[in-house]
Amino acid sequence: MDPVLIAKSVSKKYGTVVALDNADLELYPGEVLGVIGDNGAGKSTLIKVLCGAVIPDGGEILLDGKKVTFTSPIEARTLGIETVYQNLALSPALSITDNMFLGREIRQKGFLGKFFRFLDSKAMADEARKRLSDLGLLTIQNINQLVETLSGGQRQGVAVARATSFGTKVVIMDEPTAALGVKESRRVLELISEVRARGIPIILISHNMPHVFEVADRIHIHRLGTRLCVIDPKKHEMSDAVAFMTGAKEPPKPN
Amino acid sequence: MNEISEDIKKDLKDQPKFQDDIGSKNQDHHSFELGKQSFLKKIQHFLHGNPTIVPVIILILSVIGFGFLAGGKFFSAFNLSLIVQQVTIVGILAAAQTLIILTAGIDLSVAAMMVLASVFMGKLSVEMGMPTLPAIIVGMVAGVLTGAFNGLLVTRLRLPPFIVTLGTWNIFFALVIFFTGSQSIRSSDIEIQAPLLHFWGERINLGGFVFTYGAFLMIGIFVFLWFLLNKTAWGRHVYAIGDDKEAAELSGIRTDRMLVSIYAVAGLVIGIGAWVSIGRVGSVSPTSFYEGNLDSITAVVIGGTSLFGGRGTIIGSLFGALIVGVFSSGLSIAGLDVLWQRFALGCLIIIAVGIDQWIRKVSN
Repeated sequence: MDPVLIAKSVSKKYGTVVALDNADLELYPGEVLGVIGDNGAGKSTLIKVLCGAVIPDGGEILLDGKKVTFTSPIEARTLGIETVYQNLALSPALSITDNMFLGREIRQKGFLGKFFRFLDSKAMADEARKRLSDLGLLTIQNINQLVETLSGGQRQGVAVARATSFGTKVVIMDEPTAALGVKESRRVLELISEVRARGIPIILISHNMPHVFEVADRIHIHRLGTRLCVIDPKKHEMSDAVAFMTGAKEPPKPN
Repeated sequence: MNEISEDIKKDLKDQPKFQDDIGSKNQDHHSFELGKQSFLKKIQHFLHGNPTIVPVIILILSVIGFGFLAGGKFFSAFNLSLIVQQVTIVGILAAAQTLIILTAGIDLSVAAMMVLASVFMGKLSVEMGMPTLPAIIVGMVAGVLTGAFNGLLVTRLRLPPFIVTLGTWNIFFALVIFFTGSQSIRSSDIEIQAPLLHFWGERINLGGFVFTYGAFLMIGIFVFLWFLLNKTAWGRHVYAIGDDKEAAELSGIRTDRMLVSIYAVAGLVIGIGAWVSIGRVGSVSPTSFYEGNLDSITAVVIGGTSLFGGRGTIIGSLFGALIVGVFSSGLSIAGLDVLWQRFALGCLIIIAVGIDQWIRKVSN
């Protein structure tokens, strides 16, 4: 099977600091790829390159085998790469529906929509409700509730629902459990499995080893701005991963 | 490894399903004492969900209060309609100001923009012989351009709106003095050369209540902006930018372009206000509405719109402007010195912002 998304020797420098040094990454269809690395290893820069928030100095990105260049997250989005940012990028003062459709609202049909650009609130509410129920979050009763009235886990749910509604090719999740309690983290991990079950591959960046080892099919270990190795979580212990990550142990040779 | 998966399994068993958790519609189901929510907390939540209710209550209370204080004279049809006439211009400026403040900005130049636009209208039609309607359109375009200029400075130079508009306030004011040579265009000249400029000042009598056409236009502007803000994507984006600009950007909103368009729409509203102001004042005076900048901010803040952006309603600003009008009228009819009107307004502003801060704490 060919990878959906490939990054080939991507580089990025900030002044004299090398954030990415010929880094590679491959994401295969239907998998959850965990990305781990020590602080400052460059994993968040790598992710920002993939979602269009950072423009790399060199290297290339291939989506479905075709070379793509992004100058903004909007361009990555239109090609089907959706990102759940660590801070979620939700507007707390707007409703769940508003947030899900922010930047790609549905307009009313006919005269009102065309000339007055009126929004079709009902269609958006119905669609939002459907998306949330697909992910088993239907029990949010009032779809027009403000996001700031939701708990951390619920907000995460809304952000994930938004990403998976529109992310047709790839969903990237940056530290989705970092701000959550045990119970809510658990639910987010279930969400990840549900999204994978729907055939959308996911890149999961996390510091939380147990979480990564639980849901990832493969784990990409990033070190000193480049990919150190990719391991199979079923064949390696968490302590091995930490040892590779910090340089305490030699990584396994790729086959 | 085994140990860990055991852990996780235990975890799974112990944790109630997320659905149960997410299912409660109550807004703070995750707080511990759901049933024991204090009365004050309930009020806080209610106000948080209905930000316009505070200005409505203040308006009703102040009308009743001044009714007692100033007696029947305050409630006379003449006086009530006079209040509406008096708040027309500040109301229109406040409508424009609301758009800017919703984006977490502030515009100190609104009144200067309006006077500049009215100078274009008056100069071109009265002194340079241009037909009135094109002159009015030029004035409105001047409003749009000055607004867009503010927006460009805010987005291109990344300067805080406060500083940008503090600068442009002075620039626009200087331009007004330059174009007019500090001379007013007299009302009588306007009446002869370009009576259309006075259109919005004409009055209509509805059972003792006297309204200018301008008052209806002001209401129309508020209704229009309400639709724009609540029923269009553009309007939702105004709120999103004010709420969290970075999040809006990541959601795919081109925030800089949006900001320029918001300042330009505010400029258009101000341009319309310029035409109304000529009808209201009669003449075009370079020094009129000097306090309009701050009065418009006062109306917006009292109207419940947060200076931190993203929160508030356009209709609240209408109520805010009316509250200011009721206070000035009531206090003067009650025979209080102008200085106490200022004093009372100052207290109102501080109370309004204090309430806003308190309400905002709900989300944390």
